[in-house]
Amino acid sequence: MSKRIDINNLNVYYSQFLAVEDVSLSIEPQSVTAFIGPSGCGKSTFLRTLNRMHEVIPGARVEGEVLIDGVDLYGKDVDPVTVRRHVGMVFQRPNPFPTMSIAENVLAGFRLNNKRVSRSEADEIVESSLRGANLWDEVKDRLDKPGSSLSGGQQQRLCIARAIAIKPDVLLMDEPCSALDPISTLAIEDLIAELKDQYTIVIVTHNMQQAARVSDTTAFFNIAGTGKPGKLIEMNDTTTMFSTPAEKATEDYISGRFG
Amino acid sequence: MTTTPPSTASESETSDYGTHPGARANSVFKGLSTGAGALILVTLAAVATFLLAEAWPAVQAASGDHLGDEVSFIKPEDGQSLMEIIGYLIYGTLIMSIIALVIATPVSIGIALFISHYAPRRLAQTLGYLIDLLAAVPSVVYGLWGVAVLVPFLTPFYQFLADYLGFIPLFAAPESGEIFTGRVAMSAGIVLAIMILPIITAVSREVFLQTPVLHEEAALAMGATRWEMIKMAVFPFGRSGMIGATMLGLGRALGETMAVLMIISPGLTFSPYLLQPNQHNTVAGYIALQFPEANSMGVNSLIAMGLALFVITLLVNMLARWIVSRRSEFSGAN
Repeated sequence: MSKRIDINNLNVYYSQFLAVEDVSLSIEPQSVTAFIGPSGCGKSTFLRTLNRMHEVIPGARVEGEVLIDGVDLYGKDVDPVTVRRHVGMVFQRPNPFPTMSIAENVLAGFRLNNKRVSRSEADEIVESSLRGANLWDEVKDRLDKPGSSLSGGQQQRLCIARAIAIKPDVLLMDEPCSALDPISTLAIEDLIAELKDQYTIVIVTHNMQQAARVSDTTAFFNIAGTGKPGKLIEMNDTTTMFSTPAEKATEDYISGRFG
Repeated sequence: MTTTPPSTASESETSDYGTHPGARANSVFKGLSTGAGALILVTLAAVATFLLAEAWPAVQAASGDHLGDEVSFIKPEDGQSLMEIIGYLIYGTLIMSIIALVIATPVSIGIALFISHYAPRRLAQTLGYLIDLLAAVPSVVYGLWGVAVLVPFLTPFYQFLADYLGFIPLFAAPESGEIFTGRVAMSAGIVLAIMILPIITAVSREVFLQTPVLHEEAALAMGATRWEMIKMAVFPFGRSGMIGATMLGLGRALGETMAVLMIISPGLTFSPYLLQPNQHNTVAGYIALQFPEANSMGVNSLIAMGLALFVITLLVNMLARWIVSRRSEFSGAN
């Protein structure tokens, strides 16, 4: 189930330090939204507020609203653990559990919700998730081998399979290709294009060609200087952003003049 | 690098690509570290040789069955040959060490997890420091404390256990007429547990703290609670470390002399009765008890017991290593 995200006046703090200031934006369902910007501009921090993963760091907190189909993630009765079961995440470096087999990795998240999974049900989820992540044909003969035996690109697709196995509403990707070679990157990008039929996808990337290739909408974040908070500068259709950006800073960044 | 001026042939016989200033220090350090490594092997070999050589006369005499004539504490008429005594002692040692491990391992891992993943940083540091202090308490102090404080405190619980769970042989009450003293294998095991707690805690804590953030976040991001994250990421990663920590604790428990000697009313039997006095003793406790009065063949007999303990410890360590390496393909190392 793909869902819409609305962010209203979001400030992100690490203790007293304001890391991201006053972001308001909307993310359409069944679309790919890319966050671009120089290092340290807060785009990853901001992404992690969308499934409350920033709270893993002690002292991190937010002000403002993140609404997923109208439900505020920071509402009173909301448990971050439940939020994360609905908003999946893929990280910069592939992180399959090294002690689990490929199949167990795929099922890891699913088992959190369903203590008893029948054998046939498990097989079905493993196959459909791995097919969904374009990995099935490569690993179907060695599902009981450790996840760490795969190549980096395969591991990342395994992580995507693990994330989609629990059928999230939204899929967050934090620079998912930055540790991968170009061919693996291409495989992930193709996969993103397929996945957007079912999921709302938000991707942080340093690679502007990637943003141009995969995303429908692009948001540019920037930072005024070290110690200053990151801000959303501009957000628009990807084609518009890369051809006729409204802001000078955006144009400078995407044309490679800084950052 | 590429702009290095060409060497002048007249300078010396060695070329520019020959020795460098760090070479001597490097070879000295290599020698030192190799020496230190070799020293361990030499020490181990020396201990093993000593044990074998000194134990041999007693083992030989025991096979001839006249050891009892020469050694006062070996009484063939009571059915106590050297091998039987060793059997009783190893049994007692293992019983008490197992009690210690069963109690200390879960508690230690709980404390280590609390320190590494639950406690606020300042509390964690203080607690870690206190646990380390526990390790600094001399074992004779544990023995005194055990006898003076812990045993009287535990005796009512033993009474309770014997009353309600006495049908299980482990908790059977002493025979009528015997006083419930509490100076039994159970008490020794509990004191041993407290003694090995710091080492197991300290090692597990270090291992847990090294869990890759990557794996912890992977678990959290798919909606694992903290405990589920620990089961998914921390425990699998720390498994071999936890086994290592437990084995270190077991090593200390197996070899502990003083505290056990002070607490227990010793005996030589294969009895399962943990709450009855005069049933068990440990190898180390027995050696310490008999050594001052042993004649020369007696010393050889005691060394044979020491050899047996050494073999047990070696086996325990080998077992631990085997467990650790069994699924190395799935370990966090690759």
